[in-house]
Amino acid sequence: MLLPYVQWLSETRISQAIGQSSWAFAVIESVHLLALAVIGGAVLMLDLRLLGLGLRDQPIERVARDAFPWFVGSLIVMLVTGFGLFVSEATKCYYSTPFWVKMASLLLAMIFAFTVRRRVALAGEGQVRPIWLKVVAVVSLVLWFGVGAAGRWIGFSA
Amino acid sequence: MSLLPFCQWLADTPGSIALHESVFMYPVVESTHVLTLCVFLGLAVMWDLRLLGVTLTTVPMTQLKQRIGPWMTGGFVVMIITGTMLFCAIPVRSYQSIWFRMKAVALVLAGLNAFVFHRTIDRRIEQWDTDPVPPPAARLAGARSLVLWAVIVVAGRMIAYNWFDCDKQPQSRIVNALAGCVVAAEGVR
Repeated sequence: MLLPYVQWLSETRISQAIGQSSWAFAVIESVHLLALAVIGGAVLMLDLRLLGLGLRDQPIERVARDAFPWFVGSLIVMLVTGFGLFVSEATKCYYSTPFWVKMASLLLAMIFAFTVRRRVALAGEGQVRPIWLKVVAVVSLVLWFGVGAAGRWIGFSA
Repeated sequence: MSLLPFCQWLADTPGSIALHESVFMYPVVESTHVLTLCVFLGLAVMWDLRLLGVTLTTVPMTQLKQRIGPWMTGGFVVMIITGTMLFCAIPVRSYQSIWFRMKAVALVLAGLNAFVFHRTIDRRIEQWDTDPVPPPAARLAGARSLVLWAVIVVAGRMIAYNWFDCDKQPQSRIVNALAGCVVAAEGVR
């Protein structure tokens, strides 16, 4: 269903440019990794707090608000660089199971982060039962771990 | 002094060969190394950003240290163990990689930066613990740390590429010298 689009993408100038350059892929990948560290820190800061670990002397809302811009900023960098990596080998990705696992986890992780998790984190003290805070944190960690692990696996399954 | 003979010896040990040739173990160790980056470096970045006074400005530095420090230490231990395993799996090529060497130097510098931080400005932490923007020396330590860790990550990723490998000759004399390639008059070893 998506194959024609993927094939069109792989013939675009940007795809050819990244694919033919000996270093472009490596550079984009490095930026992707640097943003991974930042997004990891931003996600973990809040999820640890939701679990009652990490910065547990701080209000959840405080941690959520401080982590948010770093989360969004690094997510944008990840999406842009990730798209660059994808177009350079779009057809290979299309036939890669880990790639689709990653995309599915990513979609779920982003929806969860901007809806349930954000609402729960900003709900204010005592509004959400502690058990649900922990459930939200675990779901978030599992989803993001899925994104990272499946992403790493794209490279191995080639 | 060259560590090349040691690396050559290491490469022939059963453990190194097993890791190198394993179908699953090597990717699992490598994935663990990369994903633990989120734990150790992710939190270290937050720590450095706090030192720079750009996030978590209402959190006292001592609290961050007490609550986040153990997670960073845990992540760091995993990074060191998996990183050592990755080196042991491919010792000779890693030793002769300019990227690996760059990473090693940056790691030493990052360690030195942390050591100096703990020995100097961190000693007077009670004076600036709750400052939204810490004093210049602390900010500088945070900035240096961010730059060094970025170098470590990028150089680490580049180890996988063979542009400057010793068995890919001719290389420029500088590359051969920096990578420690043993280049004989007529070829390479």
